[in-house]
Amino acid sequence: MFHKYLFKDKHIVLDINSGAVHVIDKIVFDILDIYEGDNKNEVFSVLSNEYSKDEISEAISELDYLKSQGLLFSDDVYISNKAKDPVVKAICLHVAHDCNMNCKYCFGSQGSFEGIRELMSLDTGIAAIDFLIKNSGKRRNLEVDFFGGEPLMNFDVIKEIVSYGRKVEMNNNKKIRFTITTNGILLDDEKINYINDNMENVILSIDGRLEVNDKMRRTWNDKGTYELIINNYEKFINKRNDGLYYIRGTFTKENLDFSEDVKHLINKGFKNVSIEPVVVKDHEDYAIKIEHLDAILNEYEKLSDLYINNAKNNQMFDFFHFNIDLEQGPCVFKRISGCGAGTEYMAVAPNGDLYPCHQFVGNNGLKIGSVYDVDYSNELYDIFNNAHIYNKEKCRTCWAKFYCSGGCHANAYHMNGNMLEPYEIGCEMEKKRIECAIGIKAVLSK
Amino acid sequence: MKHIKTISKSSLNITNGKGCGECQTSCQSACKTSCTVANQKCENNDK
Ligand code: SF4
Ligand code: SF4
Repeated sequence: MFHKYLFKDKHIVLDINSGAVHVIDKIVFDILDIYEGDNKNEVFSVLSNEYSKDEISEAISELDYLKSQGLLFSDDVYISNKAKDPVVKAICLHVAHDCNMNCKYCFGSQGSFEGIRELMSLDTGIAAIDFLIKNSGKRRNLEVDFFGGEPLMNFDVIKEIVSYGRKVEMNNNKKIRFTITTNGILLDDEKINYINDNMENVILSIDGRLEVNDKMRRTWNDKGTYELIINNYEKFINKRNDGLYYIRGTFTKENLDFSEDVKHLINKGFKNVSIEPVVVKDHEDYAIKIEHLDAILNEYEKLSDLYINNAKNNQMFDFFHFNIDLEQGPCVFKRISGCGAGTEYMAVAPNGDLYPCHQFVGNNGLKIGSVYDVDYSNELYDIFNNAHIYNKEKCRTCWAKFYCSGGCHANAYHMNGNMLEPYEIGCEMEKKRIECAIGIKAVLSK
Repeated sequence: MKHIKTISKSSLNITNGKGCGECQTSCQSACKTSCTVANQKCENNDK
C-alpha cells in the first residue's frame, strides 16, 4: 500500500508497509495513478500523450528499483496478534477530582468526573506506586502522570508520592518519569521550582489568545482565566531551562482559526505547543462538526507554513503533531498496538480505582480493579489488547495506520459507542497532520 | 535517481519477535486526547 499527495510544491509518496518516504516528480506521481509494479504497458498506453516513451521508461525503472529494495509496493508482513506480557508501565494519577476552574468543555465534569469531588490520599498514591512497580515486570522505564481535575490542588500529596517513588525505584531497579498537567492557577514560585526539579514533562493548559481562552476556560465565578495564568507560565518557562514542557490548548468550533492561537503562544515565547481538537457530541454548541473540517485542515496547512518559515529563519518551534521522527521512530509493535490504554497504561481515580485511561475514569462498566487489589488481574486486557489496527476495519485499509496506530479508543467509544470504530473527524485531522508533518520534512530536507 | 529522492528509507524498524516495551506510552504527553504514535522515540539502544 502507498499514499501519495501534494504538499506545497512537493509530490510525496509514502510506502506504508516499509515506512519509506520519497519525494517524486510529476511524471512519477502520474505514473503511480496507474502503475502497480507489473503493468508497464498500461502506463504507456494511458500516459503516452503526456510523456515520451523514454521518460516513462526511465521513471518506471526508478520505481522498479525502489520496489526491489523493499521501499515501494512492499508487503504488509506484520500481522500478528500476539499478546504481549501483561505489564503496566504507566499510570495517570488523578490526584484531585476537583478543579479551581470551570472550563466549558471539560471531559472531567469540571474535575469531578461525574463523581464526588475528592482528593487522593497519600496512602492511595503510595498504593498506586507499589501497584505500578509490582506489575511492571521487567520494564525499567515507568511513567507516572499527575492529572486531575487540577493536580496542584493536592500538591503536598504529589510531593510525598514523588519522594516515595524516588525511594522505591532505586530498590527495584526502575526509573520513574514523573509528569504533570496543570491549568496554571496555583503555579507560584515554590511549585515552579519543585516541578522544574522533579517533573520530566509538564503540560500547561491555555487555549491561545485571550478572548479564545476566556470563552471556554472560566473561573467558578465566571471570569476569564488568561490573565490569571499567562504570567505564571512565562515565569515557569523562564526557569525551565532545557526541561521538556508543552503549552497545550484545545480548539473548538469557536476558534477554527486556531493557527492564530499557536502563533500567539509562540510570540509569547513558548517553544513547544500542542493544540488539540475538542471531542464532543454534535449537540454542544462549540462542537466540531464535519462541516468544519475544510477550515480545520486548512489551518494545519497554515501551521505548516508558519513552521517552515520559522525553521528557515532559525526560529524553530515545536508543534506536537509535527514531530514525526522518520528515522528513530517507534518499532512496529508499538505502531500496531497504539496508546496502551487498558493494557500497559491505566488511570487511577482518587479512591484507587483503576480505569483503562484518564478518559474512562468514572465509567463503572470499564473499571479494571483497584490499586488495593491483592490479586490484581485485568479482565479488560484482551479487549484493549485486541483493539489494534488490524482489528479495526477502517484502520486496516488506512494509509495512516502505522503513524496513527488506530486513534484514540476513548474517542471511538464516546463518539461511536464502539472502540473499534474510529472517530471519523478525528481521522481526517490526523491524516492531515501526518501529511503535513512528513511534508515539512520533505520541504526542509536538503 | 532523476525522478525520485528518497528522504527516508524504511523507518518501520522491525525488532525481533516483540517490542522491548521501554518506550513511553503515547498518551502521556501533550496530546492526551489524540493518539499519534509515530512522533515517539524508540528507547531501545541495543538495536
Ligand atoms: S486515521 Fe483513523 S482509520 Fe486511519 S489508522 Fe488512524 S484511527 Fe484508523
Ligand atoms: S484511549 Fe485515547 S485518551 Fe486514552 S490513552 Fe489512548 S489515546 Fe489517550
